[in-house]
Amino acid sequence: MNIEDIKKPENIVYKKTPILTDNVMHYCPGCSHGTVHKLIAEVIEEMGIQEETIAVSPVGCSVFAYNYLNVDWQQAAHGRAPALATAAKRLNPEKYVFTYQGDGDLASIGTAEIIHACSRGENIVVIFINNGIYGMTGGQMAPTTLLGMKTSTTPYGRDAKLNGFPLVLAPMIAQLDGTAFITRQSVHTAVAARKAKAAIKKAFEYSQKGIGLSFVEIVATCNSGWKMSPTAANKWMVENMFPKYPLGDIKDVLKQE
Amino acid sequence: MAEKILMKGNEAIAISAIRNGADGYFGYPITPQSEVMETLMKERPWLTTGMVVLQAESETSSINMVYGGACCGKKVMTSSSSPGISLMCEGLSYLAGAELPCVIVNCQRGGPGLGTIQPSQSDYNQCVKGGGHGDYNAIVLAPASAQDMYDFVDWGFDLAFKYRTPVIILADGIVGQMMEKVELRPEKPRMTKEELLKVAPWATTGKTADRPYNVITSLALESDVQERFNQKLAAKYEVIKENEVKYEEYMTEDAEYVFVAFGCSARIGEAVVDQLREEGIKAGLLRPVTLFPFPTKRIAELSGQVKSMMTLELNLGQMVDDVRLAVNGKCPVGFYGRQGGIIYTPDEIVEAFKKFNNLK
Amino acid sequence: MAFKGAIEVDTAKCKGCGVCVENCPTKSIELSKMVNSKGYNYAEMVGEACIGCSNCAIVCPDSVITVYRVKI
Repeated sequence: MNIEDIKKPENIVYKKTPILTDNVMHYCPGCSHGTVHKLIAEVIEEMGIQEETIAVSPVGCSVFAYNYLNVDWQQAAHGRAPALATAAKRLNPEKYVFTYQGDGDLASIGTAEIIHACSRGENIVVIFINNGIYGMTGGQMAPTTLLGMKTSTTPYGRDAKLNGFPLVLAPMIAQLDGTAFITRQSVHTAVAARKAKAAIKKAFEYSQKGIGLSFVEIVATCNSGWKMSPTAANKWMVENMFPKYPLGDIKDVLKQE
Repeated sequence: MAEKILMKGNEAIAISAIRNGADGYFGYPITPQSEVMETLMKERPWLTTGMVVLQAESETSSINMVYGGACCGKKVMTSSSSPGISLMCEGLSYLAGAELPCVIVNCQRGGPGLGTIQPSQSDYNQCVKGGGHGDYNAIVLAPASAQDMYDFVDWGFDLAFKYRTPVIILADGIVGQMMEKVELRPEKPRMTKEELLKVAPWATTGKTADRPYNVITSLALESDVQERFNQKLAAKYEVIKENEVKYEEYMTEDAEYVFVAFGCSARIGEAVVDQLREEGIKAGLLRPVTLFPFPTKRIAELSGQVKSMMTLELNLGQMVDDVRLAVNGKCPVGFYGRQGGIIYTPDEIVEAFKKFNNLK
Repeated sequence: MAFKGAIEVDTAKCKGCGVCVENCPTKSIELSKMVNSKGYNYAEMVGEACIGCSNCAIVCPDSVITVYRVKI
């Protein structure tokens, strides 16, 4: 059987979900954002919840997430997405409400909003992209930047004395009674991406159970900010980010021990 | 005869919100307006009308909850006092930039900084001129009584949805704290889902097959897009200026001297007018009920009739600039004010008035 | 059971990041020597070893890969 005979509509096993728009993404080549967008879109398609979804985009590279997912979007001020989502969900309890936030947005300027949304047990989903750097503004240090990591505001590497330590948020919010599901995933390999997708799906399902906030951290790359090729960035992430931000579930209140 | 109940201005805000079909209130405690949220929590409207009431972790969060609720096309509001309003100015700018309807109550206290918890009108410039960044205005209503507090919530929501704009009720510690009889107007139910879709087709209600997905944003990276949007806002503000100016006049018909005062100052101003009239001085008062849009035209008309005008403000002289712009040199414009939460007496105003006008 | 697969790349939208290449278990994808209108060396299928596993497509940040698969 030759290749052209295989390429028939009845043989399609994977194609772009219609929940993704046809807009060409503005992200740099190899950026994790695109992959995570797709996984969320696939979850929304599989769950059949396009009409029931309200999405909140942050400030940062993914401010334009609203150009790529075919659902209703609210664009939040920097760090405030969990506040928007809180109101959207409380006023529309039947909807699936999720925020999509980077580390600068969520873990720096938005720490009050995320911690209190977690503490109140808002029934929302938070997708947290942790690539250890500010992408949109040109590669400055983020709260999650690793010690020694070079950024445009830590040109000699992050120094704990000068810049403080990396902020590891997921275990902190796991201690809060209002959180239901906290997990850390990545999307650099097919296996990782499939796991991440399953986690995102679980988070969306949990958000309708009235058991609190679900938080999916994606340890991600910013190859432009890191000044690496996309594949080198993935390798660097595995070797450097994963030891500080290990993958796996951190909290799952419905998991049977 | 409609029911009249004795209540504080702040309580009137809360009761009015429930009775006028508000969908949500998000706030943070601050003196002198905490009774708004306290009353809502006591009334528990979520058990009756389904209204959501939530105490947020900060004013910053409150205003962004308002933003999130407004994105959904809901009738949402918050209240605060001066330092809290400063924190809300970021959100206010985003609300204006995303053309979202909402009602924000500012029960002003003295500043700058943490200031005092006593009444003040020193946020005039902040609220009337914008407050947050960027070219925008919010509609600003100035209540002078507990009844106004009650009525302006409903009026505010009507204006907010009519023009897709934030509306500020610029109250002060006096109006918020004083107890007066308030007539409870007929109740309005909350909007049904169908009504909401009709009133706010732009809202994030969930993308249905019959429309493209809705995006609420204030971001426009292309300069030409941003400029077109700025001009669209400007055109909207012109329509508001044309149609929504509201003011009250007291004995201005034959007045040779006119005071201009808003909110609680207008009530003191009336007493001043009475006192001067008793002395045979033909004084009158113009009370701007809307501060944006400002009654510029009427003030300009009156300036041709009078010997002088004087603003009364519990600040260092803020509205006086707008009165001077309206008067445009046609008559002298004076200002008398007190600061720091001190309220002027009619007597001291009369004295200042006479000094300004060289009257014995 | 064995599978034979094929992929189709939306070459106009591909940014040539190479993440698919790294993730292909049968080394059936390479970056083309040709470039698209944006100047990217887009991904393309090479050889006939593809088994239609979809690994390339699921990791593709720009969702430009469609995967076909038949049982043989």
